[in-house]
Amino acid sequence: MAHVTFTPHLQRFFPTLAACDIDAPTVRAVVDELERRHPGFASYIVDEAGRLRRHVNIFVGDEPIFDRDTLGDAVGPSTPVFIVQALSGG
Amino acid sequence: MADKIILGTKKGTLIFDRDAKGWTPRPIAHGGMSISFAARDPRDGTLWVAMDLAHWGPKLSRSKDDGATWENLTQIAYPKGARFIEQHLPTPGQDGGARPTTYKEATLLKVWILAFGGASQPGVIHAGTLPGGLFTSRDGGDSWELNLPLWNHASRGGDLFAGEATSRNDWGGTPAAMAYGEFVPGIHSVVVDPQNADHMLVGVSSAGVLGTTDGGKTWHGRNQGMLNDYLPNPAAEWGHDPHFVAQCAGQPDFVWQQNHCGVFTSADRAKTWTRVSKQDVAVHFGFPIAVDANDGRIAWVVPAIGDDRRMAVGGGLFVARTSDGGASWQSFRKGLPQENAYDVVYRHALDADGDRVCFGSTTGNVYVSEDRGESWQCIGNNLPPIHSVRFA
Repeated sequence: MAHVTFTPHLQRFFPTLAACDIDAPTVRAVVDELERRHPGFASYIVDEAGRLRRHVNIFVGDEPIFDRDTLGDAVGPSTPVFIVQALSGG
Repeated sequence: MADKIILGTKKGTLIFDRDAKGWTPRPIAHGGMSISFAARDPRDGTLWVAMDLAHWGPKLSRSKDDGATWENLTQIAYPKGARFIEQHLPTPGQDGGARPTTYKEATLLKVWILAFGGASQPGVIHAGTLPGGLFTSRDGGDSWELNLPLWNHASRGGDLFAGEATSRNDWGGTPAAMAYGEFVPGIHSVVVDPQNADHMLVGVSSAGVLGTTDGGKTWHGRNQGMLNDYLPNPAAEWGHDPHFVAQCAGQPDFVWQQNHCGVFTSADRAKTWTRVSKQDVAVHFGFPIAVDANDGRIAWVVPAIGDDRRMAVGGGLFVARTSDGGASWQSFRKGLPQENAYDVVYRHALDADGDRVCFGSTTGNVYVSEDRGESWQCIGNNLPPIHSVRFA
């Protein structure tokens, strides 16, 4: 069960978004479940090809995900997942 | 005449209302978000905003209560398999030798322009985007479909859903895409003929103008008479860089474009163009153009020096108007700064409505004229850079 937290900036678009537990094997499955709970959410995180947006980061534990193209990074039990805008500079 | 102006700015949506005292701004909407275009659908009054969210991607927002509340919509999405031929920004050290044709999967980078269908087409809205796709909604913006005949046009290499390119790609990239780390074309102008909504024009940076007369089923280049001074053959069919294309509502035979290489006009619905800019009066380079709603010979531009110096001419702002189809131009400066001005006006940031004309600048100033551009008042300073201005 991943424990998912978010940048509060996303609550501007999804006011009911809150930290939650999601039973999912991969980051992709986490995003899919979030899309089910909050329709439209995925388009803020990934483009229509399913790739992580250029200025968005997802951390599993303390590490940014490796697979930005398909979000195939595994999520273990009790793993923290953090979805946040990237500090790309500027 | 409209008593409202809606601005798309780098920091949100600003609406000005005209009352007895003058033009008054409302509190900003979409604060902190970059807005690439904002306009009112004249058919039902819905306000539309194209948001350009730096982190979260391009999104649309609409208001059905005159801006009191806004609703963010599901994102426009390119269909799976939509590809385009990659353009390469010339890069020292990486040039030389023939490159193989490579393809890239299209994803939405920016909604650059929104245009509304005809009076007989309730719910039809068009969106011009980067990387060069025209999308149409037939349900008031709830769902969108890529126009495939234009996407698969021979000038882009043909139907790339089906396989390899079958023709040359003549669509170049636009620097407007560089902010997204790409070098791709963009559709910034979508013109729906007021007499027949099946007749449309699109302006593409950098390719030129294309038109349809069958509701988007087939498209043809509309660049005859265009001149690109940066090509060995200035009259080439493709490679033109319209900055904005506008059509006269009351006399739709008259179409205008402010182009990288001058001001061009057409008296036959863009079938043929004539360059009418006059460099001796500094009417040549610029981004926006507005056309009178009733008299197709009347148009306004806000010129800049040129492409090598995209700056106000002589450090002072002026608006030029022609009333004779571009044969002559009058310059109007009253009420506009005449020294130490560095304002440039983007392609969507000039509009005309009856006697009223309005423009907003890159340096956050908004000017309104109520006498057809002859004198001006500033209604806003210190605003964010202004991307679009539309009477609403």
